[in-house]
Amino acid sequence: MKLLRMKPGHGEVVLAEGDIDVREDEEALVAEFVRQLDLGMWAAVPVATPDGRREARMVREFADVPRDADRVIFFPRAAGG
Amino acid sequence: MALALTATLIVIAALSWELLVPAVRERRSRRAPAADAGPAQGYDPGRERRAEQRARRLLRSCVTDEDWLMYRDLGVLRVWGTLAGGPGDGGTGGTRAGAPYAYLIYPHGPLISYLPQTGELLSEYCVTFPDETRPYGSSRLPDSDDVLAKWLALTGDERGLIDQANMHQAGRQLDPGRVRADLLRLRRWDAARSPAPPAGPSRAAGGEHPDSAPHHG
Repeated sequence: MKLLRMKPGHGEVVLAEGDIDVREDEEALVAEFVRQLDLGMWAAVPVATPDGRREARMVREFADVPRDADRVIFFPRAAGG
Repeated sequence: MALALTATLIVIAALSWELLVPAVRERRSRRAPAADAGPAQGYDPGRERRAEQRARRLLRSCVTDEDWLMYRDLGVLRVWGTLAGGPGDGGTGGTRAGAPYAYLIYPHGPLISYLPQTGELLSEYCVTFPDETRPYGSSRLPDSDDVLAKWLALTGDERGLIDQANMHQAGRQLDPGRVRADLLRLRRWDAARSPAPPAGPSRAAGGEHPDSAPHHG
């Protein structure tokens, strides 16, 4: 699983990467996940539905991330424009 | 003779000094602000172009092939609305009764809600995703990252995003004529890709979309 963050002037950066089934990796992923949310980021997991559509799941806790997700994307919190 | 030569050399040296010193000072003064600002500051078109290319690859990896082609060809991305009662503020009696509606996502522009059947524009939802860490002096995401952020938030939590946005009548930020022209281009794009006219998705069953719903984001 990769944790990605959108970044102005750069595009996405890889914040953390690891095998969620390896305890040390999972702990590192969880720590980075929490850190990003503490920084005010939103987190979403892009998913494909069984009928072929694509959509996202907004996640607020690491436990909400599907175990088979290959990435979580962090992006700045929305503000009224 | 030697005296004349020495005097000439002194004059040349003095003139050269007068000419060189200001030029050296100017060069130093031009270098100083860049050094103070650090390497991360300032607009770099090459860096921004690479960022946008990276963002486009990420967007492409998240949406369907059809949605990617739509964005690539038209510069906008359509997302079908899924709220059973319509988008709330900015909806109509029709959307509250279940009429299909959709949004157009513009890079660094508002979300435009509209009725696909008639092309009627409903509302503008003005929303931004500013990164206040400003890693290169700007809080602005690359265009395609901005589109992806809207797509993620809209498909992941439509009501939450709409609640965050400032809702206005259509025309506040984007020229309605431009939006209608984009809808016409989208209609033609749909027609060119499918023999059947696009039909909006049903929202009767908790936002489930029928297989016939085209280009769902």
